[in-house]
Amino acid sequence: MYKTAKGEEIFVIDGHTHFWDGSPANQKNVHGKQFIDCFYAYHSNLSPPSEKWEKEKFEKYDAKTMYDDLFVTGYDDMAILQPTYLTDFYKNGFNTTERNSAMKKSHPDRFILNGAFDPRDGTKGLEHLHALSEKYKIKGVKLYTAEWRGESKGYKLTDKASYQYLEAAQKLGIKNIHVHKGPTIIPLNRDAFDVADIDDVATSFQDLNFIVEHCGLPRLDDFCWIATQETNVYAGLAVALPFIHTRPGYFAHVISELLFWVGPDKILYGSDYGIWTPKWLIDKFMAFEIPDDVTKETGSVLTMETKTKILGLNAARLYGIDVEAQKKKIRAGGGYAHLPEAVHAPR
Amino acid sequence: MDPELDESVVDLNFVIRADVDPLNRVYIEFRLPTYWCAANFSFLMADDMRSAVSALDWVEGVSVVLGEHMYADKINAGLEKGLSFQETFGTEADGNLDDLRQTFLVKAFQRRQVALLNHLTGLGHQPDTIVSLTLAELGCLPVDDEGDRLVRRYLERRPVVGPMRPTSLAFVDAAGVRLGADGFAAYVSGLRRVAVNAEFNGALCRGLLSARFDLETPFVPKPPKRGAADGAPHKS
Repeated sequence: MYKTAKGEEIFVIDGHTHFWDGSPANQKNVHGKQFIDCFYAYHSNLSPPSEKWEKEKFEKYDAKTMYDDLFVTGYDDMAILQPTYLTDFYKNGFNTTERNSAMKKSHPDRFILNGAFDPRDGTKGLEHLHALSEKYKIKGVKLYTAEWRGESKGYKLTDKASYQYLEAAQKLGIKNIHVHKGPTIIPLNRDAFDVADIDDVATSFQDLNFIVEHCGLPRLDDFCWIATQETNVYAGLAVALPFIHTRPGYFAHVISELLFWVGPDKILYGSDYGIWTPKWLIDKFMAFEIPDDVTKETGSVLTMETKTKILGLNAARLYGIDVEAQKKKIRAGGGYAHLPEAVHAPR
Repeated sequence: MDPELDESVVDLNFVIRADVDPLNRVYIEFRLPTYWCAANFSFLMADDMRSAVSALDWVEGVSVVLGEHMYADKINAGLEKGLSFQETFGTEADGNLDDLRQTFLVKAFQRRQVALLNHLTGLGHQPDTIVSLTLAELGCLPVDDEGDRLVRRYLERRPVVGPMRPTSLAFVDAAGVRLGADGFAAYVSGLRRVAVNAEFNGALCRGLLSARFDLETPFVPKPPKRGAADGAPHKS
């Protein structure tokens, strides 16, 4: 919960969090080491110095640390757990639905548990998706089109197998398809700078929502075209948001382009925890205004209403969260006890 | 140049060694911001470095080596044998680098164009004048030093989209079509996204490189490695 100086309550849903194990004990090979090292470089490069973690903590943090960083020190009210399997790099996977489910189990009102699928897993993968749906009642999946599977270095959403999986997701009521389309890593030339497959599937699957994580950066130009044309394409701010600290001028450009092309109702906040933590991200975001010269070019203004939508209301709509009811649940569970006002809040 | 960022690989701190031996053979080593940087981009950069250096008439041989990358061995072996990207990666690669190179050249053209257009409008030139300038006229246009630099950068990439006769229009779009004075503002704002993208990316790449190799910590010279014969000037 973020409270403004005027006392307005802003309900925050963190669209992108992880509960990973990147520790040396779980690393299967040099790729596993390089993967967590690369994440750590993102973390060290874009975090304010005071928010920088020790490497060991970054490799593997415990459940309590995560809970506190998100909900006690941080302003998140709820967080979506997005899995990243990477079973070719990590013995038990990096951040599987099963691992994440422990967080969900301990704090059911706080977490939204997402699953994942990989169309290269064939019938077995489809069965797994059904099992995830049955066991965890998932409403969303996180897809990582650049993930390796043996010889394959990635896939496209337009592949025939992807269509089968998306059809299955639609039938199972898994409406929210989060797709990593971010900075250029891993794949060869396949999919390396292309968000075009989103365009195709967004048209074909009108009932599904496609949340493009990292808003296609560094393919923002291509992404904006697609997102403008498709009503069911959203922008996830993970990775883009931390630039608010190191490069506020560029963040201003990115957010103003997104507001201009995609609009305030289709942008979702995400911390990408544990790469970054909600406290400083949201403090900076709430204090942020788009500079006049940028507003003059795009006409975009980051109003309080828009900030409220980005921080929580847009995700609440996608995941069917009744904000007032959810606040009551969290308050009843003592989730706001750390807020000074909670003492006087009705129970 | 880094094809995606349109910046010099030397300025980006990617190049860690550039030596010439007494026989005029050139040795280049470079590294990238992440272990994962796309293999095709990496290969493209190495290949471009090799071509650019080979084009110098005094050069008798070029060796380009990529370090600390997941595909370093494969790429270096391919480079050493003079193979193409496709030949190096075989079935794992599913396209050729020429298309990719062209995509990046067009994006670089667009970025350089929008930088120049913004500068010219800032100096008070009107859209209808700008869109009707020929290449010869652009060359004579009175501009300040920054404008001069931007014109030169723009002209380097202008051949990407169309022929360069003195009477050709200076400003055309990526398809080589002339710009209209009417849609000028919308066109420029469209290009701005390409530029924002690349700037953002450049910031990310520099930052990741500096975090990965700890470029921020003041450099403390390491004692020379025993047995290092050439004493090559390595930055670390």
